[in-house]
Amino acid sequence: MSPTNSPEPRVTSVLKARNLAKAFGNNKVLRDIDIDIHRGQVVALIGPSGSGKTTVLRSLNGLEVPDGGTVTFGDNGGDSGGLAIDFGAKVGKKDIAALRDRSAMVFQHYNLFPHMTVLKNIIEGPVQVQKRPKAEAVAEAERLLERVGLSDKRDAYPFELSGGQQQRVGIVRALALKPQLLLFDEPTSALDPELVGDVLGVIKELAEEGWTMVIVTHELAFAQHVADEVIFMDGGVVVERGPAAEVLRAPRQERTKLFVKRLQHDV
Amino acid sequence: MNWDLIWSSFGPLITGAVTGTIPLTLASFAFGLILALVVALMRLSSNWLLSGIGRFYVSVIRGTPLLVQLFVIFFGLPSIGIRLDPWPSAIIAFSLNVGGYAAEIIRAAILSVPKGQWEAGHTIGMSRPQTLVRIILPQAARVSVPPLSNTFISLVKDTSLASLILVTELFRNAQQIAAFSQEFMALYLQAALVYWVICLVLSTAQSAVERRLDRYVAH
Repeated sequence: MSPTNSPEPRVTSVLKARNLAKAFGNNKVLRDIDIDIHRGQVVALIGPSGSGKTTVLRSLNGLEVPDGGTVTFGDNGGDSGGLAIDFGAKVGKKDIAALRDRSAMVFQHYNLFPHMTVLKNIIEGPVQVQKRPKAEAVAEAERLLERVGLSDKRDAYPFELSGGQQQRVGIVRALALKPQLLLFDEPTSALDPELVGDVLGVIKELAEEGWTMVIVTHELAFAQHVADEVIFMDGGVVVERGPAAEVLRAPRQERTKLFVKRLQHDV
Repeated sequence: MNWDLIWSSFGPLITGAVTGTIPLTLASFAFGLILALVVALMRLSSNWLLSGIGRFYVSVIRGTPLLVQLFVIFFGLPSIGIRLDPWPSAIIAFSLNVGGYAAEIIRAAILSVPKGQWEAGHTIGMSRPQTLVRIILPQAARVSVPPLSNTFISLVKDTSLASLILVTELFRNAQQIAAFSQEFMALYLQAALVYWVICLVLSTAQSAVERRLDRYVAH
């Protein structure tokens, strides 16, 4: 598997999205969105509310189905485990299931299952959907809980946890699915300020470990620190994209400049 | 007052409750709940035909008297060649009736579960039916226990109507003893007392079930 003869290290594509488009009635929320994500890369999606960034993220997990465009998982969709979906054609349940098989979502409002303990929340997907042996799933869940410092909450119900703890469980629930791609939808927006750090710390560690991630966020300092690429969206289109430092420190587009300036004022 | 008669009447009344009222209630409620779940899902379906049939059924059941429904099944159906005994007639009528009312309760309970719970189920790879069974219904159950308990308690009392189609249950036994002894006041008050005791026991059970289902919500 090692790219011995390549002049440069081979870049492995995890996901390519081309020309994603979506409209709610006459409201075009996405137009011609292209995204490339390579293995181990962290992409931050930023932009004002209503810019379409959350819709892009949800499209990658099949929670929204775009009206047009394509999504390809794996290299060219041709190698084993590859997947190519053309949203312009009829999209079936199998396509959506295949998307969800490859990505996992962390929600702004955690969306933990309130009737299940922390442990059950985490092993539900691996055991019920992926049919992994329960003992293995439990051991994995316990290992992940220890990593995020929540071993003692194993048997607690979500309502007994703080927002920051619930979100860390949300992240562990996503990790336990062993996805190729982790999706974060404003993971700290619902948290009290003093709890934001814990959650961002966990995401930063995941980035360092080489997880491939797409993060919708308003935390620009965090994005600059963690993201390899930043994509700024406004009005359903990509306005500017590039290395995090460039887009956030020296934006070229007027709209990006305004947005970055406004958010920095808020801080 | 014929105290001996009153005391000795409790036996037949309780027998009527144990062999008539209670099994009739339990069977009708069980079938009714299954029917209600099916109708609730039909009403929530995006298929207009299914949801239309569901809405029509609920409308008919809630818009006509239970006594009329009971009479249509027991006295009406024989004229089109369907002759049912009192017990099956009563169970069918009460099940259909519970189905109509409980369908609306279950539908509202399913709708009360936040959309994010469906999405969380989908994002861990569950299909819609799997999400419904493992994620949504357990949460809807908690919401629907108080109104379903009301339906259940109403049903206990409504089964007295089965006396009119000759089902031997609590109230029919009371009527027969009363007619024979002419102690109407005593016998009907006794019947009321037995119904009341049954409902008191059910209310206590309802509280216990609610406490159990509430263990995962903040207080």
